[in-house]
Amino acid sequence: MQTASTRDPVVVRWLLTAIALGFLALFLALPLVAVLAEAFAKGWDAYWRALSGEDALPAIWLTLLVAVIAVPLNIVFGLAASWAIAKFDFRGKSLLVSLIELPFSVSPVISGLIYVLMFGLQGWLGPWLAEHDLKVVFAVPGIVLATIFVTFPFVARELIPLMEEQGREEEEAALTLGANGWRTFWLVTLPNVRWGLLYGVLLCNARAMGEFGAVSVVSGHIRGLTNTMPLHVEILYNEYDFVGAFAVASLLAVLALVTLAAKTALEWWHRDELVATGH
Amino acid sequence: MTSVPLSLLRRTRVASSVIPGFGLTLGFTLTYLSLIVLLPLAALLLKAASASLDQWLAVLGDPRVLSALWLSFGGALAAAVINAVFGLLVAWVLVRYPFPGRKVVDAFVDLPFALPTAVAGIALTALYAPNGWLGRLLEPLGVKVAFTPLGVVVAMVFIGLPFVVRTVEPVLQDVDLELEEAAASLGADRLQTFFRVILPAVAPSLLTGFSLALARAVGEYGSVIFIAGNMPGVSEIAPLLIVTKLEQYDYVGATVIATIMLAISFTLLLVVNLLQKWRRARMGG
Repeated sequence: MQTASTRDPVVVRWLLTAIALGFLALFLALPLVAVLAEAFAKGWDAYWRALSGEDALPAIWLTLLVAVIAVPLNIVFGLAASWAIAKFDFRGKSLLVSLIELPFSVSPVISGLIYVLMFGLQGWLGPWLAEHDLKVVFAVPGIVLATIFVTFPFVARELIPLMEEQGREEEEAALTLGANGWRTFWLVTLPNVRWGLLYGVLLCNARAMGEFGAVSVVSGHIRGLTNTMPLHVEILYNEYDFVGAFAVASLLAVLALVTLAAKTALEWWHRDELVATGH
Repeated sequence: MTSVPLSLLRRTRVASSVIPGFGLTLGFTLTYLSLIVLLPLAALLLKAASASLDQWLAVLGDPRVLSALWLSFGGALAAAVINAVFGLLVAWVLVRYPFPGRKVVDAFVDLPFALPTAVAGIALTALYAPNGWLGRLLEPLGVKVAFTPLGVVVAMVFIGLPFVVRTVEPVLQDVDLELEEAAASLGADRLQTFFRVILPAVAPSLLTGFSLALARAVGEYGSVIFIAGNMPGVSEIAPLLIVTKLEQYDYVGATVIATIMLAISFTLLLVVNLLQKWRRARMGG
């Protein structure tokens, strides 16, 4: 409880609250409002036409496809990594955790560049791929790889501290009672971390669908083929089709708001079963 | 499950873990990590190492490259300072001053984490362009934001704010009110209490938030390129220059700039980590 000696004068409280809310309104709320205002600037019909345009649908489709591949792979990785790290002791564990978080400190553009250097025509594996008529860069596999890279740590980072906190006793008890490893994982571990897992998946998915820089470098911007929704926003914007750009952007903004709402609901109702609430 | 005798658990644990799957999960983790993260990053470093000294010097001596690096790091530094000040203020208000709708505002702070950067980029540009809602107000004052380095900083502030708020907030919640009371009873006014008691307590988390916001802003691309105007030497950020070099098939140039950026970023993060360690050691906990 705050007492008189630690309470600030009313004027100070109001002033600071007003500045803080004003700052948030200016930097966070206003851009969001601007997206919707611009998307509907020419009315519903124009908005609808922009979304049903012939290049919009393939972009939406590709964005969903990339997320459907990248997110489950990172879920499997997150579960495997957190199981190995939380349930066993081995040397180099903290180095491994740092390496898992590494993609967060790499610029999105560099995240794309490394795959171009790997699989591009000038890259290390480029000639071999060309010989076998395989295409990674400027094709869907490159987009998927770059997306996996930038969303790599999300699930693992949520699960590792959570599993470490929960310890090993419950798994050991289940195993001692005769359950096998898989059964123990499905019936004991997974239910214990389900909310943390969902939390990580939400953030992973939002980033997978919204990634721009990394995907932009490896995509080649081929309309209808390698264009994701964020890339389509850029193309329309650069063609001065502002209603179109903001209409596609509004879909992504709604995705962001839904993600935010779901994430907040998890934090309010299952705070005890999550560990990392920050980023 | 709690009915299993403790002695049984202890025994199994000492005898080496009964939990299976170590080889499988660690093997998969290391393979996946190597294929997705380590090998491609190694490819970058290998490419950088295979460039000749002349090629390095040519890139490093290019004024366009230097000014892009300068803008990315300088702009990120300015944005991180702004975020440290306003992020601390926002965290303080959210923790200390109850107001209606506080929980919703608190959740809303994470918007930049969830909103795709390209969306933020075109939205900020629409706002600050000379005919935009804010640009129109700033134009008569002679302030140009869109298509100038100032616009770069605005976008970097947007993207970095939640890092500071989210790292400072939990620490601020834990600041012991009794310490503040003690300071007050010893005659300190609120301002003195803030600077002598509260700020030192949140300083490490503020530094962490600052460095996270900085690291994010340095590499930021999507939210910046629309509002920046991208004039070479003036408002062109380093990540964009990498993209430009790639489009010109100048792989060595792109690689060298990327390597320099990674080196500076990692050094910064390392220094901050060491600072925190040194501080913890000095404080004895």
